Amino acid sequence: MSWLEWLVAVLVVAGSLFVLLGSVALVKLPDFYTRLHGPTKATTLGLGAIVIASMVYFNFIKEELSLQQLLIALFLFITAPITAHMLVKAALHLKLKTAEHTSGKQNADL
Amino acid sequence: MLELILQGCFCVVGLALLLNFYAAIRGPSVIDRLLALDTMYINSIALLLLYGIYLGISLNFEVALLIAMLGFVSTVAVCKFLLRGDIIE
Amino acid sequence: MTSIKKWWPTPVRSLFLFLVWILLNNSVEFFHLFFGLVLAWLIPQLIYKFRLVQPGMKNPTAAIRYGLMVLWDIVVANLQVVKLVLGPNKRLRPAFIKVPLDLTDNLSITILASTVSLTPGTVSAEVLPLNASKDEQRFLLVHVLDLADEAELIRQVKQRYEAPLKEIF
Repeated sequence: MSWLEWLVAVLVVAGSLFVLLGSVALVKLPDFYTRLHGPTKATTLGLGAIVIASMVYFNFIKEELSLQQLLIALFLFITAPITAHMLVKAALHLKLKTAEHTSGKQNADL
Repeated sequence: MLELILQGCFCVVGLALLLNFYAAIRGPSVIDRLLALDTMYINSIALLLLYGIYLGISLNFEVALLIAMLGFVSTVAVCKFLLRGDIIE
Repeated sequence: MTSIKKWWPTPVRSLFLFLVWILLNNSVEFFHLFFGLVLAWLIPQLIYKFRLVQPGMKNPTAAIRYGLMVLWDIVVANLQVVKLVLGPNKRLRPAFIKVPLDLTDNLSITILASTVSLTPGTVSAEVLPLNASKDEQRFLLVHVLDLADEAELIRQVKQRYEAPLKEIF
């Protein structure tokens, strides 16, 4: 294996571990507001790493020019915060319960 | 060697998808399920990209892009619906 | 000059559309270039009447520096969140805090909120008060996964993310 292939391997492994971490956070954390932290960030970062890996693989190992993945990454990095924002807005609107020891509930009008 | 690593990654991302599925079933509220489904969209994009590297085909990036767009639009549409009871005002 | 404005009302957006079209097709054949050019002309023609005028960038190099800094922060801070998520739930100190905003226009507030959402440990929830009048003080409601010191976090958001944004716009 060349060093480029090792680079792809490292990025792919790190990316899928971050994706898994996002899902673990989704299952493990106590309330909706904390659960939101996992998918919006860890998953986005994981997908970013996988996108970079596939760009390295196609452009340098297979040596065919392919930049479409860049669009996927760009699109996800723009949309992930917006999705999170809409979800929190909806949750605040429905007055979803927070974990008991959450501080500053009066700020959110809960 | 790279193929073996990629197969391992399929297992990891597949496990993540199963966890999302569990979270979607467990709930307890609608928005929890929505969040789980949105994460499922993103994870399936990750799986598609990994599969693209595995097969060495760059065709399924278009599919991944389509899934990304559909996932975003549908999640936002459902959020709008929960917020206002209406999608287009 | 007027004819340029008439045919290409938003040149930067047209260029962006053209580039996205080329990236989507992933080729530089004549047909794709031509069709991309047609789309880059047609779409702004159709929609530019509906756009909300946004302030231009004053300082592009600061914008690039800001983008790189945010990318780096995403990577570093994600590693901290790994520790928080894998640790016991009881040790988390979730909190809602209000960050007072100095920024006034919608675009820079949107960018700040997106940045806060992408850097781990914080999700921006709402800009308060809703339907604020123009010179009312606005707040960004932020949910924090593990809050150690409220004043410190507010200072960090304001200094690290808001100050460069004020330079850019």
